[in-house]
Amino acid sequence: MTDATSSFLEATIRTATPLALAALGETVVERAGVINIGLEGVIIAGAFGAAATAGLAGIPGAFTAAVLAGLTCTALLGILVITLRAEQIVAGTALTLLALGVTGLLYRTMFGTTGVALTIPTAKPLAIPLLSSAPIVGRALFAQPATTYVVYLLVPLVAWWVSRTRAGLSLRAVGESPAAAIAAGVSPDRVRWLALLFGGALGGLCGGCLVVAQVGTFAEGMSAGRGFIAIAIVALGRWSPLGVALAALLFGAASALQFVFQSLGWSVPYQLFLALPYLLTLVALAGIAGRHSPPAALGRAWLRAS
Amino acid sequence: MTAAVRRRALRASGALIPSVVSVAVVAALVATMTAIVGYDPRVALGALWRGSLGTEYAIFSATLVRATPLMLTGLAVTLAFTAGLMNIGAEGQLLAGATAAVAVGLATGQSAPRVVTLSLELALGGLAGALWAFIPAWWRQRFGVLEVISTIMMNFVALYLVGYLVRGPLQEPLHVYPQSETLPAAARLPIVASGMRLHWGFPLAAVCSLGLWWALGFTAAGFRIRVLGINPDAAVSAAQIDVRRTAMRAFLVSGALAGLAGAIEVTGVTYSLYENLSPGYGYTAIAVALVGALNPLLTAVSSIMFGALEAGAAAMQRDAGVPSVLASVVEASIILLLIAFRELRLPGSVLRGLRAPRAMGSDSASSAGDDMSGRS
Repeated sequence: MTDATSSFLEATIRTATPLALAALGETVVERAGVINIGLEGVIIAGAFGAAATAGLAGIPGAFTAAVLAGLTCTALLGILVITLRAEQIVAGTALTLLALGVTGLLYRTMFGTTGVALTIPTAKPLAIPLLSSAPIVGRALFAQPATTYVVYLLVPLVAWWVSRTRAGLSLRAVGESPAAAIAAGVSPDRVRWLALLFGGALGGLCGGCLVVAQVGTFAEGMSAGRGFIAIAIVALGRWSPLGVALAALLFGAASALQFVFQSLGWSVPYQLFLALPYLLTLVALAGIAGRHSPPAALGRAWLRAS
Repeated sequence: MTAAVRRRALRASGALIPSVVSVAVVAALVATMTAIVGYDPRVALGALWRGSLGTEYAIFSATLVRATPLMLTGLAVTLAFTAGLMNIGAEGQLLAGATAAVAVGLATGQSAPRVVTLSLELALGGLAGALWAFIPAWWRQRFGVLEVISTIMMNFVALYLVGYLVRGPLQEPLHVYPQSETLPAAARLPIVASGMRLHWGFPLAAVCSLGLWWALGFTAAGFRIRVLGINPDAAVSAAQIDVRRTAMRAFLVSGALAGLAGAIEVTGVTYSLYENLSPGYGYTAIAVALVGALNPLLTAVSSIMFGALEAGAAAMQRDAGVPSVLASVVEASIILLLIAFRELRLPGSVLRGLRAPRAMGSDSASSAGDDMSGRS
């Protein structure tokens, strides 16, 4: 039983890591009043960036490429929704479509249409001395790939940054009331750009993490809805970094449940587990809605003239 | 021709300009991209033309067949966006409709007359799509859940539900393939004329497009929907519109159109249910509706353009070896170009629609103190 618990926790953390990365980035983006519906596209771009470079540049190079790919995607989105003030949902949807298409096209051109599996060097789990030998939770929490530790560090850091620093205050001001931000001498465009790029870097890292720290290969559409789940996680975590981290864990646990059921020999259709995160979001959103609302200016272009 | 109709036609032809420009851009994009990834653009464009509009067979057996689900889902998006509702869930609503149609077709196809079976399939397909849209619509009114998020969630739930059904209760009798049993002949839509693959779903979709154009432009219900989309506050205070009821009805009809697309696709093209039934029709529909400038008639035209693009891309893969995924790159580029040049005129509340309680929630949410406004 201890073994089962331990492997359940391990699977939970493993599944939650990429989700938490993307969702943490999206939290900052949404706190600035921008909703990046194209996060799915950012993730697949990051995954492809990592997969295409891992063989040549090694694991650090792959992560760098993933971040750069994510930044490129959000830069494109930023030009549209911040500079040109285009409608955010439509631009984001187009970004996802574009990134899924471009990565598919490049993948087939570079690695052939036959679908020969691309093998990529993977990041091995790093066991942290002492901590990883703690009973039950030790290996689950502290014998993970390095990306998991990045999440452990980023969550409190971003939480502190958003709520306790002057820059964080500017971020929240822009998301709630751009007019108030301007009155305080803050440029909404500048803040939104920086937030969006931060979200793009973490989204790209999420994709890189999928390829290098988990799957070890690239497949078309391998982001498999994680961008949309991450957006749901942000809403579920009520736009707070700590809440978002907990929500990501919940989603990780929901997915990890299928391994538990398998090991117990219960036959439950696996599609139920695939659908579970989405059903969970639908139910949970109904529960929290009204009690905590999104940033007031979320999704809205800010017009200088008015 | 009344003055109103003439004005409308004039506005429609004005709105068509960006779409015409975008067709020219498509050809340039395809040529550039095929050249970049290392194919001969002349060969690729030739295959694209032959596979889409170059031959009679291509038009009636590929392009228009492909355009049919795009037209209906495009109309679903057009209606929702016009009402200021961010329904990104046409994909799931389409799958719900397809599932219902196959289930009823398999149940009654052997015994009931063709007319009865077909009517049941299409009606229940539409109903299932409406039901799939009802959940996000209701969630928004009852709990203020953003429909952008909930409709996307419902898409995935629909996909996995179909995945389960075709490996469980609806799997073909031999239990080998993850798909349903093939529909009997009496449960299939007839083709329009012999020698082509085009089925009666296409004329039906065209009728829906005319119907929606008329309903939105010339009826009281359509007026309410447009006012709601432009300014929900004015809809309440000036036009005395019941916002909740109008929004709910628009959402349900939008879902029904997408559900009908699914029912028509299984009864006219695939004849069975499986997971990859839709290559993302519900998402492409957003591009279709936007290129169609949220006008039902132009949406129909734009769906044929997109149908030609996708049919041509398939031919390009067959004949020139260019990956057909190129089509989605082109589609995305068209949307991005269109919005970059600010040719889109979305109703104002699509921008405001993100704040759920505003448009569908309480009757008169105040917008005083707003320092932002939509582009329109």
